[in-house]
Amino acid sequence: MSGSPKHLLGLRNMSAAEINEILETALPCKEIVEREIKKLPTLRGKTVVTLFYEPSTRTRTSFELAAKWLGADTVNIAVSTSSVQKGENFVDTVRTIEALGADFIILRHSMAGSAELLAKSVDCTVINAGDGAHEHPTQALLDLFTLKEKFGKIAGLKVAIVGDILHSRVAKSNIYGLKKLGAEVTVVGPPTLMPKEIEQLGVKVETDIDAVLKQVDVVNILRIQLERQQKGYFPSLKEYARLYGINRARLERANKDLVIMHPGPANLGVEISEEVSVHRQSVITQQVTNGVAIRMAILYLLSGGGSKDAILH
Amino acid sequence: MRYCIKGGKIIDPASGFYGIGDLLIAEGRIAAVGASGTVTIPSDTEIIDAQGMIVCPGFIDLHTHLREPGREDKETIASGTKAALKGGFTAVTAMANTTPVSDNAVVIKYILNQAQQEAAVKVYPVGAISKGLKGEELAEMGEVAAAGAIAFSDDGKTLMNPALLRTAIEYATLFDKPLLLHQEDPDLAGNGVMHEGYWSTVLGLPGIPDIAESTIVARDLEIAAYTKGKIHLCHISTKRSVELLRAAKAKGVKVTAEVTPHHLALTDELVQSFDSVYRVSPPLRSAEDVEAVRLALKDGTIDIIATDHAPHTLEEKHREFSLAPNGMIGLETALGVVWTELVKKGYLTDIQLVEAMSFKPARILNVPGGTLQVGAGADVVVFDPELEWELKASDIVSKSKNSPFIGRKFSGKVQHVWVDGKLKYFNENFTE
Repeated sequence: MSGSPKHLLGLRNMSAAEINEILETALPCKEIVEREIKKLPTLRGKTVVTLFYEPSTRTRTSFELAAKWLGADTVNIAVSTSSVQKGENFVDTVRTIEALGADFIILRHSMAGSAELLAKSVDCTVINAGDGAHEHPTQALLDLFTLKEKFGKIAGLKVAIVGDILHSRVAKSNIYGLKKLGAEVTVVGPPTLMPKEIEQLGVKVETDIDAVLKQVDVVNILRIQLERQQKGYFPSLKEYARLYGINRARLERANKDLVIMHPGPANLGVEISEEVSVHRQSVITQQVTNGVAIRMAILYLLSGGGSKDAILH
Repeated sequence: MRYCIKGGKIIDPASGFYGIGDLLIAEGRIAAVGASGTVTIPSDTEIIDAQGMIVCPGFIDLHTHLREPGREDKETIASGTKAALKGGFTAVTAMANTTPVSDNAVVIKYILNQAQQEAAVKVYPVGAISKGLKGEELAEMGEVAAAGAIAFSDDGKTLMNPALLRTAIEYATLFDKPLLLHQEDPDLAGNGVMHEGYWSTVLGLPGIPDIAESTIVARDLEIAAYTKGKIHLCHISTKRSVELLRAAKAKGVKVTAEVTPHHLALTDELVQSFDSVYRVSPPLRSAEDVEAVRLALKDGTIDIIATDHAPHTLEEKHREFSLAPNGMIGLETALGVVWTELVKKGYLTDIQLVEAMSFKPARILNVPGGTLQVGAGADVVVFDPELEWELKASDIVSKSKNSPFIGRKFSGKVQHVWVDGKLKYFNENFTE
């Protein structure tokens, strides 16, 4: 990449040019993903470790496939939150993984800033696969890629992000990426799930979901976690579904060309109905496929890859 | 041994002396103070040239965690008081959240005994307000006071039961010792690890709203007003708290308050490095809050500067921000921070600095010191206000190195310190 950054920690400090380079490199990667025989030798001899402190199926699998199709060896490490609380030292763990020969560490962690701490503690390349409520850059990049595929460009698009903005790394990374590429962003949700001074990130803040859905081109629906209700941010999942859940009735009142996104995994019947999740306006499965292409592009570029076309040769 | 500190700018809020002069120390006491040439210097007196320097009563830190007994891996009475001496402090408190908790005469006596043997400066132990810092029932305040505690505090924890707080304030009037009150509602603070605002949103770290502090400030001020008792509010950090405090003082509530050097100098923006050296309680606040506490110190709404020196080991700090303990060390940098950030920038005069770091803390704690009046014990500091320096980790004498100021440049550095007339620190070196 331009200036060859070593890690991918978040989108806040990336330029539009760097983001576009990843999106363009993902195009040939998507071709590979769609081939019958996918394996390339590009990262042969490299070792990619996924280190996940939170359960995740799709992100981890997506990274693993991306690494494998580029020819790398992969190791998956899942650490339970309980072992962290028992005092297992994170810095010690990651130094051990590096000493075992990792070239890339892909980290998912429940605490914001863990990816920065990892990058400071090791010499190998770090990719943030989601750290607390901080950032989830690869999710935002695959969302941008999906939108570009759908609309041809990001600039001028109107995008609503709905739900638990307060605890959402996906919302934050999407806001940074969308704003840098010229989209208009509105965040929608109950006031209790809206972080302080979020408007300073250049977004509009709304509470009336139906009014917003009439005006936007895209809605990105965030997963609502049961534990938020337990902590009292809203009274019940049923009430949340009534106020903010996207179902057929709500979709019928919305912009008729509205594109539906969800980073997964969805709580069907809560923030999105099953019907809407598989609706022809939904691009949720494309998001998943594109995730592998984006992660291939990122691994390739961070390994010091050359031009975007060189990946195919 | 006699010393004459010659030609420095002497600042003594107690007597009002302010100007170039000479100070004579003999037999452990201040023997004479006067304008240059007016002090008769006996033979056999060591003359110390203090031209260009400021000469003032030794600093007194009302808020120090010495960690002994219990966490001698973080700090000891010996190492903490050495750090204090280097920072120009001639007296520090020993906060009560030790292991075991300093809620009984035995622990107070242990601290005083250790201090007598090992401390480089005076140590004033603080007794807990509640047994075991649990906030459930009062500690034996009378026993603890008789053993030598000079104040009471559950610092680190807020007394959440307002009825117990009321009782504590009323009961403490028996001993005329201040209550040093921690100011944070744990429910509003929740699982927060930094100030709630723009930066907590950007960083995705759970936030602690400013109202977690100010609602407790409001409660404590009301209870103090009602009981007519005397309270001291620890580490005030927000604009809202300052406004409440200003109004209460105007109404005549008997309250004093402190602010730390780090809350005067640093903002929450620093947390973006995710370096846990910036994790502290109360958290580093917004630029607007920092400006408010600076102005409050200037106009006297906040009375004093106290370090809240809170040592932690590297192992405890070098981990995820959310798992690291709260706290920063501060004794060795207090003068440099305050001189550079407040005096040089026009918020405080040099006299106000001496009032906030020496004269007023002595009055709040009702201990000797904070004065250069003839006959007083000679606790004296000489510092060079123009000397520029940079804090290096290797120069820190505290056992823990968790300073947010490593790599920062300051002006204002302690040169010599006398404790009870003994020259304990000379030309930036320990004498023993």
